[in-house]
Amino acid sequence: MTEGIARIWRNQRDRYNLIGTHCEECKNDFFPQRKICPVCRRKGKLKEKQMPTTGKIYSFTLVTGGPVGFDYETPYYLAIVELDNKVKILTQIVDSDDDKVKIGQPVKAMFRRIQTHGEEGLIAYGYKFKVV
Amino acid sequence: MAKIMKSDASVRSASPVINAGVGIVSYGYFVPRLRIKVSDIAATWGKDASVGESLGVKEKAVGAWDEDSCTFAVEASRMALKATAGANGGSGINPQEIGAIYVGSESKPYAVKPSAAIVAEAIQATPSLTAADLEFACKAGTAGMQMAMGLVSSGMINYGLAIGSDTAQAQPGDALEYTAGSGAAAFIIGKKNVIATIDDTYSFTTDTPDFWRRQHAEFPQHAGRFTGEPAYFKHVQGATQGILEKTGTTTKDYDYVVFHQPNGKFPLRVAKSLGFGDEAVKQGLITPFIGNTYSAASMIGLVSVLDVAKPGDKILLCSYGSGSGSDAFVLTVQDEITKPNRRPSVKLLDYIAKNKKYVDYAGYAKHRKKIKHIE
Repeated sequence: MTEGIARIWRNQRDRYNLIGTHCEECKNDFFPQRKICPVCRRKGKLKEKQMPTTGKIYSFTLVTGGPVGFDYETPYYLAIVELDNKVKILTQIVDSDDDKVKIGQPVKAMFRRIQTHGEEGLIAYGYKFKVV
Repeated sequence: MAKIMKSDASVRSASPVINAGVGIVSYGYFVPRLRIKVSDIAATWGKDASVGESLGVKEKAVGAWDEDSCTFAVEASRMALKATAGANGGSGINPQEIGAIYVGSESKPYAVKPSAAIVAEAIQATPSLTAADLEFACKAGTAGMQMAMGLVSSGMINYGLAIGSDTAQAQPGDALEYTAGSGAAAFIIGKKNVIATIDDTYSFTTDTPDFWRRQHAEFPQHAGRFTGEPAYFKHVQGATQGILEKTGTTTKDYDYVVFHQPNGKFPLRVAKSLGFGDEAVKQGLITPFIGNTYSAASMIGLVSVLDVAKPGDKILLCSYGSGSGSDAFVLTVQDEITKPNRRPSVKLLDYIAKNKKYVDYAGYAKHRKKIKHIE
């Protein structure tokens, strides 16, 4: 499954630099970006905020039967990473030894290819994480 | 060659000295984690395992399937920005102050679509800046350094970012395959908070057909032994002798010298021919551990030197790009380098030694997409 070009472009800020949102009312951070604060609803005041690029593994799994388009990377680690501000994100874990991929391990964001539209189409870049 | 040098001497001494306080504000690097041993490549093609020894290269860094010269450039640039943390009284450099980004590479992920714009977006330097990708075989990164120097010196921009980055391409079975490595180096060029001034630069360029890749061709071709004497050696010697003459210095004035390093032997040979001792070359000789990183090769050598350099140290850097040309630079390390948080937290050589995972030839072929596979 590949995304359309406009959608890839719209997601660039989130995916390149982990730009999420912060609510000035309830002080919560959100990623990906929210249009409306899920806590304060219409009273919320949201503004863009860069998320920390470091965190720890909250939970993970090893995907051994990847979907179409994931042939090169299967098997791969898919994890929920809890960033330093407690926001949780779903991400791949790369460049890490198997025995280091554990719950609680510190990780940092890396800039990698996340999908390509074949050999001649667009390349989408974004974050993956590695154990530090 | 000596004849050419003499006839050019008057022109060189009349050319302007660049030093206007411009220099390196900070630097960063990236080397992918995967490695393949040169002996494994040799075994695959039925060659003697000693080929690595004769080239002075033990193993080379390999980009994973989801890495390319653009992802390397982003990682190196982010490290360079992070290494400004101790500058400006601890406030660092705002990426919005970077007025130009140049990415030198011969393995751009797109033939048309600038890596430099992707880097700019990924370090949050957009939109008020100029950006472009450069190509001059292995010396496009140092060409970017010169362009950034010019823009900074003229006052057009405050800071410029010059990057050399490559996932070096080589045809399976070709001699290049033993050495074609992967990596990137990034330098922020400016006038304020410089850790090393760039006192002068001098370039030496001719039309020499030693190595090329035609439009739409997947792998480069080269002229075998012709890439040595009339190509690498002539241009590196020409640029180095030129800058020594231009700055009125001799080989003895330099603590470190970094040459383009297509293999582990050429830099030592050219250093000897010019009168530099092996010791001056060693710290900046990185190709034996990660292979020839093409556009990054001489710049990543400079990274290794700056990792250990002390204030007052003199460094001579000379790149080489096939086709052919060399850019030479004279640098003087400044007190700023000793301030906290003004260099990457991990030295390049330590990073290379600790951050690696070996793949066999099949793994390498898969990651570099040398195996036919319909997606």
